[in-house]
Amino acid sequence: MVLDRRVHYLASVHRVLSAVVAPIQYCVDVPIKLVTELGSSLSSRQTLLGENASLRVQQLLLQARLQKLTALEEENRQLRALLSSSKHLANRRTAVAQLLAVATDPLVSEVVLDSGQTSGVYEGQPVLDASGIMGQVIQVGPLTSRVLLLTDLRSALSVQDMRSTVRGLIVGRGQSQNLALINVPETADVKVGDLFTSSGLDGRYPEGYPVGIVKTIQHTTGGQFAAIEITPSARLNSSQQVLLVWPQKKPTIDVPKATPPAKNNQKNKINKHLADKAVSENRSN
Amino acid sequence: MLTTLTLRGFLLIIFSFFIAFILSIVPLSNWGDLLRPQWVALVLIYWVIALPHQVGLLTAFILGLLLDALYGSLLGEHALALTLVAYFAERLHRQMRMFPLLQQAVAVLIMIMIYQALLIWVQGILGELSNVRWLWLSALVSMLLWPWLYLLLRGGQRKYGIIN
Repeated sequence: MVLDRRVHYLASVHRVLSAVVAPIQYCVDVPIKLVTELGSSLSSRQTLLGENASLRVQQLLLQARLQKLTALEEENRQLRALLSSSKHLANRRTAVAQLLAVATDPLVSEVVLDSGQTSGVYEGQPVLDASGIMGQVIQVGPLTSRVLLLTDLRSALSVQDMRSTVRGLIVGRGQSQNLALINVPETADVKVGDLFTSSGLDGRYPEGYPVGIVKTIQHTTGGQFAAIEITPSARLNSSQQVLLVWPQKKPTIDVPKATPPAKNNQKNKINKHLADKAVSENRSN
Repeated sequence: MLTTLTLRGFLLIIFSFFIAFILSIVPLSNWGDLLRPQWVALVLIYWVIALPHQVGLLTAFILGLLLDALYGSLLGEHALALTLVAYFAERLHRQMRMFPLLQQAVAVLIMIMIYQALLIWVQGILGELSNVRWLWLSALVSMLLWPWLYLLLRGGQRKYGIIN
């Protein structure tokens, strides 16, 4: 036990055990999924047609918003280039995974996914659902992996208020309770209803994804920090499908080594950026 | 006293543990999760009482490791707790066999409470505990389930000819 906690030698043991118990987990998961599928395949044609129509409308609205998003991304990229910022907004690789219908220890908030090492899942990978950040992967087996939800006591992520850019940490408060925002001073500009998004400063979660909305703020007289309660955006109890996110590719800017000849257009981009940077530095000097 | 363990008997033991594992992770509601009986511990207690020379501390440890992998808890947490339960069951196996069912159930209640207490203690040390008020209900439900489980497994044991 102590070995497992203090030292990470037992990762391979974890993997082997995970592979051994995967059949048991699938034994529980498959009948439950079959029953739910049976339920949906027996629903009347009328309900299916109605569902189909409403989904089409929803898809149309989402696609319209997506068009605007592409334009905003391009504008953002150009503005950042003007400021000589080296940040890239390249699209990340994503994959959809399903939750296994198995119960976990009632004292911890975790879920089990049906993707493991064979699908490229790695330890520490962020997991999102349709409405926000859900948690991160903490154990990877060959066929399954475990995700630590945001509401678990061990979970923490770095966030930023979308309205007032106040930064803090969101930690979990245990099963089926809201999250707590800590390390925010009493005098900070945080109001009920503010949306907090991930700030990316922890290096784990991608930047800009919704985490939660402020529910209550308690000011303790004479205390240094306010006690702020956050309702998570992600539907942690009811999501069946989740999104796994891979890190962005490293930006092409920091390549001053003697590597084999780069393609011409890449070299031109680098030279141009360095020239721009030199010009702006000269201006500031 | 040597026991004759046929292949069918061995498979029965494996099968009973397999079902216990499955029942441990079937998803239930929030209340169901708290009231879930400790299937693996119960089945282990039965087999240690029935076949103390076949099923012992090593089996308990291995089962505990598998349970740790299923629950995602620290490796060795459930292993330690199950080994402790197996130790007590082995120490008391002669008396337990003589007890009437009700008295057996009370002994099982105490063993399951020790099991849960150990799990809660370890998780408390790790700082991962949220609320423990209703956890003792699980031990109570386990106790209530014991007579039925005992009769079921004893029937199976007799049918497949594992004698001791």
